[in-house]
Amino acid sequence: MSGNATRPITLAISALGGQGGGVLSDWIVAAAERSGHVAQATSVPGVAQRTGATVYYIEIFPQPARRASNADPVLALMPVPGDVDVVVAAELMEAGRAILRGIVTPDRTTLVTSTHRVYAVSEKSAMGDGIADSDKVMAAARTAAKTLVAFDMDAAGETSKSVISAVLFGALAGSGALPFDRAVYEDAIKASRMQVEANLAGFALGFERAKGQAETQAVASGASEPRSAAGKRLAARVQSQFPAVTHPTLMLGVAKLLDYQDEAYADLYLDRLQPVAALEAQAGDPRLSYLLTVETGRYLALWMAYEDVIRVADLKTRAERFQRVREEVRATPDQILQVSEFMHPRLVEVAEAMPAWFGRFLMSGTMQRLLAPLFKSGRQVRVTSVRDFLLLSWFASLRPGRRETLRFAQEQARIEGWLTAIRETAPSQYDVAVEIAAAARLIKGYGDTHARGVRNFERIMAERGRLHGAAGAAVMANLIRAALADEAGKALDTAILALVDPAPLAAA
Amino acid sequence: MAERSFAEEVEKLRLGAGATFHGEGILAVTKALLQSGVSYVGGYQGSPISHLMDVLADAQGLLGELGVHFEASASEASAAAMLAASVNYPLRGAVTWKSTVGTNVASDALANLASGGVTGGALIIVGEDYGEGSSITQERSHAFAMKSQIWLLDPRPNLPSIVDLVETSFELSEATNTPVMLELRVRSCHLYGSFVAKDNVRPDFTPAIAQNNPRRDVNRIVLPPASFQHEREKVAQRLPAALKFIKDRRLNEFLGGAAGDAGIIVQGGLYNTLMRALELLGLADSFGRTEIPIYVLNVTYPLVPDEIVGFCADKKAVLIVEEGQPDYLEQALNSILRRADIQTRVVGKDVLPMAGEYTGQVLLDGCRTFLEAWAPKLIDAATPLLRTPGEPTAEIRALAQDLPPRPPGFCTGCPERPLFTAMKLVEREIGAFHVSSDIGCHLFSILPPFNIGATTMGYGLGAAAASAFADKGARRAVAVMGDGGFWHNGLTSGVGNAVFNNSDNVLIIVDNGYAAATGGQDLLSSRPGNNTKSTNHPITKAVRGVGANWVRQIDHTYDLQRMKDTLKDAMTTKQSGPKVIVASSECMLNKQRRVRPLFAKAVKEGRRMVRQRFGVDSDTCTGDHACIRLSGCPSLTIKPNPDPLRPDPVAYVDNSCVGCGLCGEVSHAAVLCPSFYRADIVFNPNGWDRLFDGVRRGVIGWLQSMANRRRLARAF
Repeated sequence: MSGNATRPITLAISALGGQGGGVLSDWIVAAAERSGHVAQATSVPGVAQRTGATVYYIEIFPQPARRASNADPVLALMPVPGDVDVVVAAELMEAGRAILRGIVTPDRTTLVTSTHRVYAVSEKSAMGDGIADSDKVMAAARTAAKTLVAFDMDAAGETSKSVISAVLFGALAGSGALPFDRAVYEDAIKASRMQVEANLAGFALGFERAKGQAETQAVASGASEPRSAAGKRLAARVQSQFPAVTHPTLMLGVAKLLDYQDEAYADLYLDRLQPVAALEAQAGDPRLSYLLTVETGRYLALWMAYEDVIRVADLKTRAERFQRVREEVRATPDQILQVSEFMHPRLVEVAEAMPAWFGRFLMSGTMQRLLAPLFKSGRQVRVTSVRDFLLLSWFASLRPGRRETLRFAQEQARIEGWLTAIRETAPSQYDVAVEIAAAARLIKGYGDTHARGVRNFERIMAERGRLHGAAGAAVMANLIRAALADEAGKALDTAILALVDPAPLAAA
Repeated sequence: MAERSFAEEVEKLRLGAGATFHGEGILAVTKALLQSGVSYVGGYQGSPISHLMDVLADAQGLLGELGVHFEASASEASAAAMLAASVNYPLRGAVTWKSTVGTNVASDALANLASGGVTGGALIIVGEDYGEGSSITQERSHAFAMKSQIWLLDPRPNLPSIVDLVETSFELSEATNTPVMLELRVRSCHLYGSFVAKDNVRPDFTPAIAQNNPRRDVNRIVLPPASFQHEREKVAQRLPAALKFIKDRRLNEFLGGAAGDAGIIVQGGLYNTLMRALELLGLADSFGRTEIPIYVLNVTYPLVPDEIVGFCADKKAVLIVEEGQPDYLEQALNSILRRADIQTRVVGKDVLPMAGEYTGQVLLDGCRTFLEAWAPKLIDAATPLLRTPGEPTAEIRALAQDLPPRPPGFCTGCPERPLFTAMKLVEREIGAFHVSSDIGCHLFSILPPFNIGATTMGYGLGAAAASAFADKGARRAVAVMGDGGFWHNGLTSGVGNAVFNNSDNVLIIVDNGYAAATGGQDLLSSRPGNNTKSTNHPITKAVRGVGANWVRQIDHTYDLQRMKDTLKDAMTTKQSGPKVIVASSECMLNKQRRVRPLFAKAVKEGRRMVRQRFGVDSDTCTGDHACIRLSGCPSLTIKPNPDPLRPDPVAYVDNSCVGCGLCGEVSHAAVLCPSFYRADIVFNPNGWDRLFDGVRRGVIGWLQSMANRRRLARAF
């Protein structure tokens, strides 16, 4: 509540397009007017109303002061840093922006923010993980605001079958920052005559959550307990042959490879990791974090479970996947759901899934020319139809023969090369070895994306001879970052050029 | 049909004397026009004045009752030229647009209008799109007022002041035979407040009367010798008349204290921000009461020398609070005081920034510096309301690098997105080419993830801006233009120009059916019906009409392969002359507004309906996000990877997906990955649906359970 009864209460709202910031602003004005106060609101919609953030600004002047003074207040049209009583943010990074603008101050500002994220295009389009750190915003919010009301209001909107603006309005009411009774807020919703029931439900949830303010964070879980005989034996093997800190990762790896291929393949995974763990135990890591084993274990599992046609067909046809799609698209039980896959397998991918000799035959010049037209355009595969389901199931059924395929041979050779590099580097250049392990994250995806990843990976691996010590590891990490900076590989070119011949760049 | 319906607002326009109007600033202006007995209104939509146009478009009934002609002008130039009706006849007219961009376009007509002068009141309402939230060049409308001698009003930002000044401006215009421009900043246009209404006034003189009793006066036409006479009239008659009117009617206000060494002169529109700054310095109260003398310029052109001299004479210094540059007012003040031989110091841009919006913080700092120098006792005695801000904490400082910018972008399912995806794909095949952008939603292509487009030279000028790239041997330049820009002037300045000059360049016309960026207003080529305007005039017809031969019409822009092939063909064909691709798919924002209620109604009635939407399999997505880089759809986003081994987030389609199909097309055309799926959700399935579905689910379910048993046998 404003400390000074003869001054306006100032309130800023930051909302993204489509979050109902305008409706929220209207409700607040209506609640103020219903309480007999003077309210003024304005907004800066940003560039049109397309996806950008809109900032609303409201001033509420207490009626008693106006009456006592018998004059009209002069109300401002924009917030002044340090002079804002309430900031409402409909998304966490927008709360961060308000904090940076200085309009959230510890002497008076109540910050009501949703903690959910609507990712910005820079976060979404990164070639790896470009997500901004929400914890940093929360930490700043705790130091910047006098009172902080923060929870996932988007989820609360879903729970209450309402919308985020209603939850925000409820949370604002629950925060007690404005001198209105709950009934006044609810009347404002009722008077707007839009989705009144749903909005009141959202409001109520927001109100209660703000009252009993609690920040809750979900924690990611590790692998489940083994259930099959093979699973139990392999879990026991991990426990007896590897240090404890590595267990969560290796269990996930074993589970993934059992699912991907079979028991022997999971054993091969552990066979490959054993020398790495042994090396690490002997020498390298003074911190005993077994970072090298963990990183190698993580990427080895992903690499060994490379995505081929067999794997994709297997994943696409599973019953649990059908269920997940149903949930994701929110189909109700009485609705019928048809699912079409957008696939564009090229001849090479099909050839790779065949026994090596046959795959090579398919890729021969004549066959390529003959078959190429079949693979020119993408196709929609209706996995919920019996015919297409059978087609995909047939591909999935090739799994037992995977070891004989062309692609299998290629990938195993690359994997062995990578593991050799790790083993050779680890004794003398531990830090560099960890980065070599991590460089495998570049290899992912399908088609061109996969080819680009392999190319970048190999270019970086070619430089490893130049790299020594902690500084060398940092350079390696930098190269990996550069490879993920742009698709054309310009950043990687520059970074490698600087490594090979630092002089021209230094001179420039 | 605009993005919003204004049925409720139209009712507010009917309010009679004594009723209280609650609403937005720009709607208050609209009401004020009707209270002023305006005969005709025109304009061109654009933020922040779009709502004036939209509400009048929805108010045909009321306008008919009042005998007011309303026109959605083809351009600002058309709107300004419309004011010619007030030259010979006592007709009150008003036009509106976004400024300064609209004023640039209108200035030819404005100059001619202001030269000959007007008989009936002529008012130009400009939405001054300056400062935060602006999307255009940062310039001032002030220059146009000065150069053509149009009186410029800048009312205090509260609804009663704005409404009063709109009404007065017609009188000012008529008393001085000069058009008047009323400037409203973005926040004032969107300002919610209230004022006490008056009755609407039905104009006595109508365009019909003029049409049946035409008048002319050769002295009002801009041609020698009248044009020389006009200039003399401006200085000898119209200006003195304006100064007298402004003084007599006290359009400028002397507020605050009567005496003191230091005073402040402020543009009306900045008054509230100034008062808040003084309040926070402890020098004013919430009602604007202060000891400091304040001279409020509700008229910023012309300045009234007598008033300025009177205000400044007893002061050591005055602060001029004038937003933007050049500092026309500051220069004028100095000139006026110099002529009067008054030594009062004019302080302005030396304590306030030369460029940029004058926010509360900016004025607070500027006023403090000014008063510390010129009224130190006053400021020493005051108790500021704000504590001096401490250094931001380490946590807050750490945020600065981390907050991702949030540039505007194409809406979910936007039909323009595939054009730029196609450009990116064609670029991979034939190499990079120069792209000339235009004004409109499609300009978002210059931002991530597309990063396409080199310049934007103005509305409808995309093609013209590529015309220097005419080398026949080099790679062709591509220009993009919206249907809005096309009808605004691009047909002649772009297509006609290219035909005439034998250009080989490629022009993509984005035909989404509306002036989408300004709020979805109808155009000549709009397809859904419009009761009051003539629409459905195809762009291809116009383009062929001015002589373009290579013209391709694409009716479904989401067909990426076709889009890509057409563009590649345009870039490589041997045929000479401009290559025009008209890419037509309805603006998704408007389409959803139209279609969604119909869908919901049909479902409610129990009819069989199919909704399509897309999804990404998080199992097979490896988190490279190439799909996002080729799309940028808001509904195509990311989420943490459900596989704890994988570090990179997976792509994810949220429930706002409208099923436009682009992501599927992209994964086909760019050979991305097999993760995209389309879900067809059948609402209210019929008997056949259920039968087939039952069979399919039975067979597939049985196969799945077998596969599942085999897998569990080998699972963890």
